[in-house]
Amino acid sequence: MDLGPHAAFIWASYAVVALVLAGLATWLALDGRHQQRLIDELDARGIRRRSDRGRGQT
Amino acid sequence: MAMQTLTQRLANPTRFMALSGRILPWISGLACVLIAAGLYMAFTAPLDYQQGHAAKIMYVHVPAAWLALLGYALVAASSFGLLVFRHPLADVSAKAAAPIGAVFTFLCLVTGALWGKPMWGAFWVWDPRLTSVLILFFLYLGLIALRSSIENESLAANLTAILGLVGIVMLPVIRFSVDWNSIHQQPSVSRFGMPAIHPSILWPLLVMAAGMFALFAALHLKAMRNEILRRRVKALRLAEVQSASGLAQQAAE
Repeated sequence: MDLGPHAAFIWASYAVVALVLAGLATWLALDGRHQQRLIDELDARGIRRRSDRGRGQT
Repeated sequence: MAMQTLTQRLANPTRFMALSGRILPWISGLACVLIAAGLYMAFTAPLDYQQGHAAKIMYVHVPAAWLALLGYALVAASSFGLLVFRHPLADVSAKAAAPIGAVFTFLCLVTGALWGKPMWGAFWVWDPRLTSVLILFFLYLGLIALRSSIENESLAANLTAILGLVGIVMLPVIRFSVDWNSIHQQPSVSRFGMPAIHPSILWPLLVMAAGMFALFAALHLKAMRNEILRRRVKALRLAEVQSASGLAQQAAE
């Protein structure tokens, strides 16, 4: 695709948007997985919130 | 119960987790479809008669700029919800929106610089529009830094909310900064009357913007879910410590 004399600026713009947004989405996905793993570990040790003790869930 | 508003029904974090877990995949999918369609439309749109291909940077720069402002409006509205209504999810929303808004503001600044060099001959000029958006970026960083510098979570939430509300003054400043001897162009879409862009260029921009808005919504929902989980972990660890100290006290007696 020929984007003329300013092609480098155009590709750089789209590349930085793609990389930064992909990085943000990946960070959020990994953080969510990490927090869920911590809750699962606490649950496995029998630690529950007071509101969940009657229902047997975290 | 039937008179409950949506925000009241979502005030329960457990209910919010269940609902957001169901809609998150759909919003993420919608964002992917709209961005893919927007990219296709952007790269097949006719060339701008003055800027040629370089105007294609507009399709990422303008949605990023809109979301930088929308993100801050969300932080301010959530801060208002915390300070006035003590809504349980308001602080979660404000905390989740700040880094995402900062990312979109950063993208607005970087793509603006990459557009400015070929068009204006410089990556950066101390122009009212550019400078006010840079201040918005620092404001986002200030919100994040203030929250992380205070250990007491409730105090951090209240102080961050006050700063978030005060900072809303930047939104009209940014909106009207192009009228103050600025080299940045006037608004073309969000202006009174009809947009000043030909539909062949306007439609790809609107589709890209819709895709980026959906992506912002998906990222914000995910960040809110993570924050709720983080607070649950903290509450469970506290319960564990209290349970252990209670047992120790019983043994001592």
